[in-house]
Amino acid sequence: MPPVALFVTCVVDLVTPDTGFAAVRLLEAAGCEVVFPAGQTCCGQPAVSAGEPEAARRLARHFVKVFEPFETVVAPSGSCAAMVHHWYPELLDGAWRRRAESVAARTYELSQYLVEVLGRTDLGATVDGTVTVHDACHGLRHLGVRDAPRVLLTAAGATVVEMTEAETCCGFGGTFGVGHGVLAGALADDKLGYAAATGASCVVACDQACLLHLEGRRRRGTVGPAPTHLADLLAAGLP
Amino acid sequence: MAHGLATPGRTFRDRAARALDDSGLQRALRNLDVRLGTAAEVERDMRPVKDRAASIRRETLADLDGWLERLEAALTARGVTVHRCATPAAARAVVASIAREVGAHVVVKSKSMATEEIDLAEALEAVGFDAVETDLGEYVVQVAGERPSHIITPVIHKTLDQIAAVLSEEAEESLPVDRGALTDWVRTHLRERFLEAGLGVTGANFAVAETGTLVIVTNEGNGRFCTALPRVHVAVVPVEKVIPRFADLATLLPVLTRSATGQRLSNYVSMISGPRRAGEQDGPEELHVVLLDHGRRRLIGTPYEAMLACIRCGACLNVCPVYRRVGGHAYDSVYPGPMGEVLTPLLSAGLSGRDLPAASTLCGACTEACPVEIPLADLIARLRADLRSPDPVEADARRPHARRSGFGAWALVWSSPRGYRASTIVTRLLGAGVAPARAVRWRRRLLGVGGWTATRDVPVPARRRFRDQWSTRS
Repeated sequence: MPPVALFVTCVVDLVTPDTGFAAVRLLEAAGCEVVFPAGQTCCGQPAVSAGEPEAARRLARHFVKVFEPFETVVAPSGSCAAMVHHWYPELLDGAWRRRAESVAARTYELSQYLVEVLGRTDLGATVDGTVTVHDACHGLRHLGVRDAPRVLLTAAGATVVEMTEAETCCGFGGTFGVGHGVLAGALADDKLGYAAATGASCVVACDQACLLHLEGRRRRGTVGPAPTHLADLLAAGLP
Repeated sequence: MAHGLATPGRTFRDRAARALDDSGLQRALRNLDVRLGTAAEVERDMRPVKDRAASIRRETLADLDGWLERLEAALTARGVTVHRCATPAAARAVVASIAREVGAHVVVKSKSMATEEIDLAEALEAVGFDAVETDLGEYVVQVAGERPSHIITPVIHKTLDQIAAVLSEEAEESLPVDRGALTDWVRTHLRERFLEAGLGVTGANFAVAETGTLVIVTNEGNGRFCTALPRVHVAVVPVEKVIPRFADLATLLPVLTRSATGQRLSNYVSMISGPRRAGEQDGPEELHVVLLDHGRRRLIGTPYEAMLACIRCGACLNVCPVYRRVGGHAYDSVYPGPMGEVLTPLLSAGLSGRDLPAASTLCGACTEACPVEIPLADLIARLRADLRSPDPVEADARRPHARRSGFGAWALVWSSPRGYRASTIVTRLLGAGVAPARAVRWRRRLLGVGGWTATRDVPVPARRRFRDQWSTRS
C-alpha cells in the first residue's frame, strides 16, 4: 500500500500537535505507512473566509505543489479537506485547477479515509462511556462525513448519544469567530448546552478549530462536556 | 437607516448584540425551524422535485429577457397594462399615479416583499393615501411602525403578548392574549378597509410567460380580497418572478410552500389572468403589472446570476444559525438572513448591506436548505471579496486588490515552508514561557483577536510544533 501523506493542518501543527500524532497512530493501526511532507503549511481557508481570494490562491497552489506527489492525502480536519475539495477548483484556473482537482480526488478527512476508503471500523481502540458527536459543517456538507466518526466510536465500544441539532454550526466560522465574537459565543453556548443535555462525557468532532472554539467558551464558564477530537479519543484507547 | 427596527443599532454587530440581550425577541425566536417545518423533511421528500425546480429556474435565467418579452406580450394580450420600471422610484411613481387616477383614498395591500423593497406603503402614505397591509403579520408590523423581520412570517420577532399589546393600542381597548380573538379583531377591522378600497396592491409569487398569469400564494385569503374587490389591481412583480410555462407551477408551487411553511400547498393559490372580462362577476376593471428590475437584470451572466433563482421561500432563514439567534431586524434590510446577505449588497450596488456577508459562519446550512440550489454560502464568501470594490457586481476578483490587509503578506510568508517555520516561532514562544497574564495581553495584540477574546479563551500554542516533534520521532 502506498504511504499516506499527512496534512496535519496549521492549527494542529501549532496548537495541538498531539492530535496530529493521534491521527498518525490511528492510520498506523489501520496498517498505513504515514509520511509528513515537510513543505506543508496551511490550506488557505482563513483567506477565503476573510474574502481574500488572492491570498487563498497562493496557499492553494503551494498545497497542490507539496501534496501532488502523493497517492493519498489525509487531514484530521473536515474543513481543511473540504477547502481542497470545494474551494481549490473554484479559486484556480487552467492547469492549476486540473492539478488541484487531481489532488482533491485523493484528499480525505481522517475518519472518512479510515471508514470509507480503507473500510476499517474497528482499529483495536477501546472507548468507554457515552459520547456525542458534533457534525462540523464543512466535513458534513462538502465531504459528506456523517457516519464515519460514529461508526468508529461505536466500534470502539463507546455509546454514541445524538444531541439536538448535531448538524448545526458551533459558531466558529473562521473570520466570523473573530469578527462576531459575541454571536459566536452565543452559538457555542447553544452547542455546549445541547451536548450537555445528552449526559455525554465528551463532544467529539473531526475539526480542531471548532473544538478549540468550544473549549475557549467552556473556559469562560459555559457548562458542557469536553470538546475532544475524534483522533485524540480513539488513539488514547489504542492498546 | 435603521427605521422601524425592533433591534436598533448602527452595524450588524451592534444590532446582533442587542438582539441577543432582548429576552422577548429570544423567546419569540425559539424553535423557529420546528414551527415553520423542517428543511430536512423537505429534503427527504422532495429531492427530485427540487432538482426539477432548480432546472426550471436555471432555464428561465438563461433567457430572462426573452421570457420577460413573452410575459409582457401575454399580459398585454389579456388586457393588462405593463409598466417596466428600472428603479424603486420609478415603480413608486407608477403606483402612486395609478392610485391618483383611481381616486382611491384607501389602498389595500397583500403581503409582498417587492413592495417592501420599494417602500411602497410608506410612499403612498406620504402622498396622502391610506395604505393598509392586510396580511395578519404585516398588519401587526405596520401598526407597530416596524418592518417585517422574516420574508414569510413578518412578525416572527414578537411574542403573542407583544402582538396583543400592539393590537390593543390600535383598537383602543384591551384585547385578550388569544390568537383567535386577536385574529377576529383584525379580520373585522380589515373587512371595512377592503370595502372602502379603490386600489388593491399585491406582489406575485410567479408570473407565467406562456399564459400571462399572475400566481399569488397566501394562507389568509387576503390576497384574493385585494385582487377581487377593488376597482383596480396593481401587481408589483420583480423580473425574476417570471416562469416559462403554466405546467411549471406543478413543480414550483409545492416546492415554494413546502420550503416556506411545510405545507403541501398554501390555503389559497390565486391565478389571475387579466382583468374582469365582459360578463364576469368579479375581478378588477383594470389590472396593472409593474415589472421591477432594480439591479436584477445586470446580474445575468455574472457569478451572482444564480441568486435570481430565489423564490423567496425563507428556508435559508429558518436554518441559519445566525438568523435564528438574532432575528431579521439585526440585518436592517428588507431581505434578512442568508438570501438577504447576498441580495442586499447586490440590489443596492454596494450602497447598503456591506457588512452583511460577514454575518455568516459559512456553515452551508442555507445552501443545503435552498430548494432551487442556490450556492448561498459560496456567494456570501465571494461577496466578502467583491465588496472590496464599491460595487460588488463590477468587482474583478481576479485583480489583486489595493486594500491593505495582512492576508497578502501572510500568504506570501506561509507559501514558503521556511517562512512558515520562521513566522510560527512567535506562537511557540507564546506557548513556551511568557507569564500567563502577559501572554494573554500579548496574544490579544499580536493576533488581533479582540473579538475572539471577548467571549472565549485563546488556545495556547504548543511549545513544540508537530513538525518539530515529527523530525525527532523515533
